[in-house]
Order: sequence, then structure tokens, then C-alpha cells
Amino acid sequence: MDPATRLDQNHELSLKEFPYIIRWRDDRCTRCGRCTAVCPVSAIEAAPHVHRRVFSEGTVPSPKAQREIVHVVRQVTDIDRYCTGCGSCTLVCPNEAIEPEYNPRHKFLTYKNRGGVPFRRGGRRNDPAPSTIDQLKFTRISMLTDPALDAGRHEFRIRTLLGRNLPPEQLPLKARGGRLVVSKSGGFIPPVREIYPIRIGSMSIGALSPHMWEGLAMGVAYLNEVEGMPVVMCTGEGGIPPRLLKSRFAKYFILQIASGYFGWDEIVHAIPEMSEDPAAIEIKYGQGAKPGDGGLLMAYKVLKLIARIRGVPEFVDLASPPTHQTKYSIEEAVAKMIQSMSMAWGFRVPVYPKISGTKTAMAVLNNLARNPYAGALCIDGEDGGTGAAYNVSMDKMGHPIASNIRDCYLDLVAQGKQNELPLIAAGGMGKTGNLAANAAAMIMLGASAVDTGKYIMQAAAWCFGDERNRCNLCNTGRCPRGITTQDPKLYRRLDPDRVAERVVEVFKAADVELRKIFAPLGRSTELPIGMSDALGAADSEIAERLQISHVV
Amino acid sequence: MALNTMKEGHDGSGLGLVLKDLGGEFEKFKGLPILSGIASSKGLRDLENYMYAQGFEEIHMWQPDIDDSAPEPETGRRDHYFAKVYELPQLYRDRPRKEQEELLLDARLALRALGEDEESLFVFSFYPDAVTLKEVGDPLELGRFFRLEDGSLQAKIVLAQGRQNTNYDIYLYACHPFFLQGYCTMTNGENTAFVPITEFLTSRGFPGYMGYNSDSEVFAHILHYTHRQLGYPLTYYKDVITPLSEQEIDLRADGEALRLIRRSLRPLCIDGPNCVIGFTPDGTAFMVQDAKKLRPGVAGGVPGKYALVSEECGLDEAVPDRDKTQDFSPMKYDMAIIPPGAGELIRWNQLHTK
Repeated sequence: MDPATRLDQNHELSLKEFPYIIRWRDDRCTRCGRCTAVCPVSAIEAAPHVHRRVFSEGTVPSPKAQREIVHVVRQVTDIDRYCTGCGSCTLVCPNEAIEPEYNPRHKFLTYKNRGGVPFRRGGRRNDPAPSTIDQLKFTRISMLTDPALDAGRHEFRIRTLLGRNLPPEQLPLKARGGRLVVSKSGGFIPPVREIYPIRIGSMSIGALSPHMWEGLAMGVAYLNEVEGMPVVMCTGEGGIPPRLLKSRFAKYFILQIASGYFGWDEIVHAIPEMSEDPAAIEIKYGQGAKPGDGGLLMAYKVLKLIARIRGVPEFVDLASPPTHQTKYSIEEAVAKMIQSMSMAWGFRVPVYPKISGTKTAMAVLNNLARNPYAGALCIDGEDGGTGAAYNVSMDKMGHPIASNIRDCYLDLVAQGKQNELPLIAAGGMGKTGNLAANAAAMIMLGASAVDTGKYIMQAAAWCFGDERNRCNLCNTGRCPRGITTQDPKLYRRLDPDRVAERVVEVFKAADVELRKIFAPLGRSTELPIGMSDALGAADSEIAERLQISHVV
Repeated sequence: MALNTMKEGHDGSGLGLVLKDLGGEFEKFKGLPILSGIASSKGLRDLENYMYAQGFEEIHMWQPDIDDSAPEPETGRRDHYFAKVYELPQLYRDRPRKEQEELLLDARLALRALGEDEESLFVFSFYPDAVTLKEVGDPLELGRFFRLEDGSLQAKIVLAQGRQNTNYDIYLYACHPFFLQGYCTMTNGENTAFVPITEFLTSRGFPGYMGYNSDSEVFAHILHYTHRQLGYPLTYYKDVITPLSEQEIDLRADGEALRLIRRSLRPLCIDGPNCVIGFTPDGTAFMVQDAKKLRPGVAGGVPGKYALVSEECGLDEAVPDRDKTQDFSPMKYDMAIIPPGAGELIRWNQLHTK
């Protein structure tokens, strides 16, 4: 029979239930305390252990036992302080004495609902399997009949259009003396921007730390002004610093308006003082990572700066409703919203909605296709990221982006509107580090541009997160990298200049890779949008579903 | 002679010939549509039945006076090679030209559908003042076979291609030149963006944008689309297939229009390698290149007689007594244009139109 002490622990979890188990080496540890200090969730702590030490002195064996108190680093078994596997401890350890190890047999989700609160986190879908887009290959290589281009030396124009392109039949053009002129009474010509086809997707100030956001913004400005790459970035729902909004850099930003309208009072009041129009307005109706949910910024992230930018009191939970409260129907309310936003900038700025990937995307698409003011449709697939959501939304809800975009594109082709309404693909671009390849594949399936969010956090700011639920603490405000926190003690770890530098490196590298992909296809002047004959998949079901070639 | 110009370079796989501004026995039928094609006996019966039912009245038929001593085409001698001149159905004679053209197109597509499965009937063009002849085999031998030198076929504008489609199974509908409502092109090269261009054209809702048995057929249809459907002057064909960059557009006086065109016609951009030679219904002939990979192409001649050919040796054959220093090889931004009447060779450049 077990002793009473054992029975008292019967309702405790063992470490085997935990997703990450700390491997700590007594012999290497100098007890400096850095690991326990840095752990964002206090999953490890210094603890005294009583050891029985057997030793012998002198020339003849004469074992003696002695009890000693030693200090160890111990992992706690409190589910609320589970080790997230972020590895901050390993990073700070001077002696390689500690490391979290993934436990594939964990039963974490079975227990992570204490207090009746389901598991909430940041990050994205925990599914390390390669996504569909990662399984697509570029199989048409020009060689003899159509010589390949030289990715290094030929001129490439890797640009796309954001905004609605009129059908050629509707262009207000007149031929006069062998020359075409634009007729002034020709009606509305929608605004269109020429941008780089990889954009930085919507991540708000608030969700991101000031240093992270600043780093991204500086990187984007550098790419535009020094590298000549018109990369644009979306603000997310959280406004934009007023000084930036009024500056000449505003043109590199897409302002997002979402169901909480956070920051928009400030933006609307700043419009008369703006010197440049923003790149576009994104109306967020849904998010791929958490379909059906609104944005959420926890109270402890709402510090003074955030409160000022968003126009709200400090330290209150900022929950955006799942839908726009004014939304009645797509034919009416959504159309009105698009028109109102267009009107705010004198119809000079493209306005488009962003929805989460869904089976109903085509219904949305067709409404937008008939709305002359809709500038694009952005679809955010299930592999998209978020700063805070219920795990169930992230893991189990949403629609893969590949077939969603493909269906929408082919639907537009059937209507002859494939060039009118650009499709923007988001969610999982660069999931396994192949940002350019993912972007190229989506473009060949029919997207005009792609958004990247989580990848840029990983690549530019050393984010620990992965698809095995590593770290994913974005929602707690305790991001160990200083990316998604408003705690100055944490975000001062992140140097905005270095983030900016990485953003530039990432985009320049992706640009080279895009050329490497496009050159053998023989495409250089315009993007290979819808050039699906260049794609192949080894999986016959993927090939059939996406209407591309099956290659084995 | 047009075929002779190619004897240096052709791969001997076929003959494609479109003749415009006709003389000889067609001279007196100016303005009346000519249906060109190949048919088996059954195909010809189907054709005649169809045309009769539609109210077309056949008033003349040209058939080549085949030289039995010449080698036969590779795919065997067909029952009938023909170019038939018709009177329009009574109902259409006073209709606007566009409606008449629509009727001709509908008839050609219907005939194509009639004979396509069994390959009993191929119709290549049905349009006033244009004759098309296509066959598989050595082009010079085919020339002898059809006795092209006998003078029964005469034309001021001749588009000739000395080979069949090269990359896939040989098929007559894939053979250059491609003709649609008076617009005609032939191309040297390969079209990388065939899929998006085809998708864009077929989704324009115009029945003639079909076929696409060759990736080069789209060049004729882009020309038709920009010039006829959209009403752009011919030089904009170049701006559509090889659009300038945003910065280059600023150099142009018509930059504002150009920017709109570039955006709205983005799917029609080609990346080559292509050299396109063609003509429009008014008899303007031209040559353009893609903007990067370029295929050989040279234009030259004397007033009244110009040639647009792939290789210089062809030009020497066609117009030996010309000033060679005036030969023009269109490059990235260029378009060689020969206006109706062939009085001059215009060198148009995309960048210099202030």
C-alpha cells in the first residue's frame, strides 16, 4: 500500500504530461540563476534537494554517508507554469547546462483548461506537417524552345498591383491622332498602387512591442527609399503613431480598420494633416488564425502609448467584436463601408476587405467583383498567426489558403475578372522558411500578392514560436524576445535597428529567390499570376484539386 | 518567292500562307468573303450544305492546279484544297460591316466545329480579300505541289511560314499564320505566358478567341483585341505585349493612358522569346519583338516592296536591290511598320513619342 504522502500527490501532474521537459545538468550548472530569472513563465525554479553522498577518505576504503543540501533547478508541475519550450534558459546559460526537450507524448491539452478556461495562446496552428503550398514544385523549366532568363543579370520587374483594375473595355480612352488620351469625362478610375508582391501582413501596435513595430516600419521605409523595393506593411487594428501618419512615410502603410475601430478616431482626425495618402485601407472582417473571433489585446498590454494611439483608457481588455457591429449584409453594409473609407481619402486610396479563409469565400468574392469600389480581396488561410486566440480556433478552425485562392481565381477567370480584382493570399507564407517559394506558388495559383506575418517575426526578430507550440506566449505580454510585449524590461531586449536590418535582408533574399524561381519559367516583366502550368505536385489529390500537373 | 526566302532557315515541316490584297482571279471579288480550307469529300459536302442553309451564295471557287509530279504532302493528299468566294446572305448585304464580320466568324466557327472531330474539314479564314493555304510537308515541295508559281494566286501582302507547329504533334490548326477577322500574325518563338493569356482572352466573351492549338495563336488574338475590339492604334500592340516600366511610362506624352493600359491589360504581357510579324485589315504590316529574349527579325526593302523576315538571307532573296544600310532589326522597344501601299518603312520606338 502506498504511503500517505504518495496519495496526497495523486491529483498532481507528472512531468510526462508536459509538452517540454527541462534537461538540466547538475555537473555543468554554476547556479548563476540566469535561467530561472529569464524564464517567462516561471516553469523552473531553484530548489533545495537533500542528497545522500557516500564518500571514502584515506588509503583503505571506509565508506561514509553524509546528507547535504544542494541547490538544483527544478521544473514545476503546475500546468499554469508549463514550460513552453522557448529556450530562453538555454540562451542565457553560460555553461550549456539547461535545455527544454520536446515531449511528443505529452497530454497538455487534456489538462490545460483550468478554471473552465480553454487554452489560449498566440502563434498559429500547431501542425508541423508541410502545408499544401510547401508541396508544390515549379516544374516547367524553360531551356531550349524558350530560353531561360538569367536571374542574376536580366532585368526583372517583380511588382504587383494593389487596387482595382478597370476592365480594358471600360477604360476612358480615346484615340486621337494615333495616340490614346484619357477622356476627362470617362468616369471613375479606381486607385491602383504598384507594390512589391510580398507584403508585411497586419500586426498591430499593441500586439507588437514599440521596438518591434518600429523595426518593421524602419525596414519597410529603407526598402522603399534605399533599395527601391515598394514593400508595404499593414498596421493591423491598433492605429498608427500620429507622427508617422502625418509623415511622408505614410504611403508605405496600409491602414487597417477592424471591428473595434481602435485608433480610427485619431486617424480620422489626422486626415487633414496627412501629407501622403496611405498605401491602402484594409477592412478586416476575419482572420485566418482565429476565424469568427475578433482581435484581443489583454489589459496588461494596454499601456499609455497604446492607449493613446488607440484612443482608449489604459489597462482595459480591448476585445474587438467578432464582426463589425454595423454589418448587415455584404451587398449593403460592406459596400457602404468600402465606399465610406474610399470617400475619406477622396477615392484616391484602394480599399479592400480581408476575410479568413472559408468555404464561403467565393460568395464574398462575387459580391466584391460586382462592387466597383472594392480594391482587392485578401484571404487569410488557416496557417495565419495571431497574438491571442483560443487554441481550438487556431488548431481546428479555418480553411487552407491554396484551394481557397485557386477556386476564387478560377471563378474570376470564368467571369473574365481575373485582372480586375487582385487576390491577396495570407496565412502560412514562409511556414517552413520558404517565403519566396510559397509566394511564387500562390502567385501561380492566382494570387496577386501575399502577406507574411509570423515568418517575418521569426526571421527579423528571432521569434521562438513554431508549430509544436513552442513559446507562443504572445497573448501573455511576456514575450521573451520582446516582440509581443509592452513591458519595457522585455522589449528593450529587442533592438529596432537590428529588426529593420533583418527585414531588409529578408526581403532582399526573397527577391533573389523569386528571380531564381521566375527566371527558369521565362517570366520577368510581369508576375506569373495564374501561370498554373508551371506548377506540379506529387500528391495526385492536391494536383487534381488545384488543377495543376501531377508529377511523380 | 516568299517561300524561297525561307529555304535557308525553315525546318521543312510545313507550309502556312496567308495572302491579302489579292490579285489574279480574285481581283474582281474585292469585298466579298473568301473561305479557305481543306476538306475531305464528306467535309466539302457538309460545308456546302451548311453554307447553303445559311444563305451564302458561292460565286467562285479557286482550287490549286495540283502538280502530280511533285511529292505529296506528308499526311497524304487531301481530297479538296479550296478558296471559295461567297456572296453574303441577302439579309446581311446592307448590314453594318461589324455585323457582317460577326456572321463570317460565326460561320467559320460552325464549320470548324463540323469537321474538327473527324478532321474532315479545316477552315482557316473566311474574310474578304484574304486566302489561307496550309499543309504539312516541305514548303518548297508543297509550293510545287500547289503550283504556286502559276500566277493564279497573286497578292500584295504575303505572310508565309515555312514550317508547321514545332513543339507538339503536327496539326493544321496549330500552323502559323493565324488569322482572325482581317488580323493575321505569325511568330517565331515560344510563349511563356500562354496559360494566363489564353485565360484572359477566352474570358473576353468573344467567340473567335478559341482554338489555341498553338501558343502563338494568342499573338494574333491580342492584336485583334487591342486594335479592333478596344480600338487602340496599332503601336499600342507593342505597349500591350511588352509594357514599359512605370519610370519609362513617364517619358511618354501619352503616359497617363499607357499606365491604365498597362494595368488593365497586365495579363497580356509576353516575356518572349518572340518575333511577331503580322498585318491588320487595312493592310499595315509590322514586326515586333519581345522585350528581352528576342528572336531574329529584320525589315528592309525599297519603297513599294518591303519584306519582314526572320533572317537577313531571306531579305536578300526577297529584295536584293535595296540599300542594306537601311535594314532595320527591331529591338526591345522597336516596332517596324509598313503602312498600306508599302511606301515606306517606319521605325517606331516605344520610348520616343513626346
